[in-house]
Amino acid sequence: MTRYLFLVFFLLSLPVAAHFEGDTPPPHCSLNYQDGSQVQDWQAMKGQVIYIDFWASWCPPCVKSFPFMNQLSQDFKERGLQVIGVNLDEKRAEAEAFLNQYSPNFTVVFDLDKQCAKDFNVIAMPSTYIIDKKGFVRHIHRGFRPNETETMRELIDALLNETI
Amino acid sequence: MKKCSSVFTSLFLLGVITILSGCSSVAPWERGVLAKPQMALDPHPLQSGVRMHNYGSREGGAGTNAEGGGGGCGCY
Repeated sequence: MTRYLFLVFFLLSLPVAAHFEGDTPPPHCSLNYQDGSQVQDWQAMKGQVIYIDFWASWCPPCVKSFPFMNQLSQDFKERGLQVIGVNLDEKRAEAEAFLNQYSPNFTVVFDLDKQCAKDFNVIAMPSTYIIDKKGFVRHIHRGFRPNETETMRELIDALLNETI
Repeated sequence: MKKCSSVFTSLFLLGVITILSGCSSVAPWERGVLAKPQMALDPHPLQSGVRMHNYGSREGGAGTNAEGGGGGCGCY
């Protein structure tokens, strides 16, 4: 009996694991711009490198990541990088206040029903997905640490140099 | 005695199942309220930090709680 009890405890303690591996197309998302209009699908952005970042206003690493994403957009936009910040705030007003304060120079969209985050299997805040020119997810990064920005820039640079 | 033990085990299992049914995972985007400072386990992190720092300095231990320096120098 004790053995079965241990087994029950062990099974209950296992985390629910789901995988969203690289080198696969990103899931289709229904996202909205700040004015409510619908965002085009990822497939329509084929040929560009897309940097998708899921963020929320209450998350301190997200705040730190904004200057980095601004810089990325500034440095690589001409070469075909599309930086898209997907907001996951539960209260829209908090996101709006944040955006007024930090005024990003990249595209910010809203995942109102959080279905996109679910489909992308977002398990950390912030979570970054980099999609290459062919439309495949090539890199998944969870969290934001300033000492990893250089590696990220090198990766984006390499992806931008790729040809379809 | 054996009957008593099996009753106890059944009650224990029932209790565990009842308690576990109250557990649920919180999605990352649902942690906005939990992220607020007032939701922290330590309501005064700054005060606790200073206290730990002073304690380390006074005891002359390694400055694991201090930002800079070690050996209980009390420096930041």
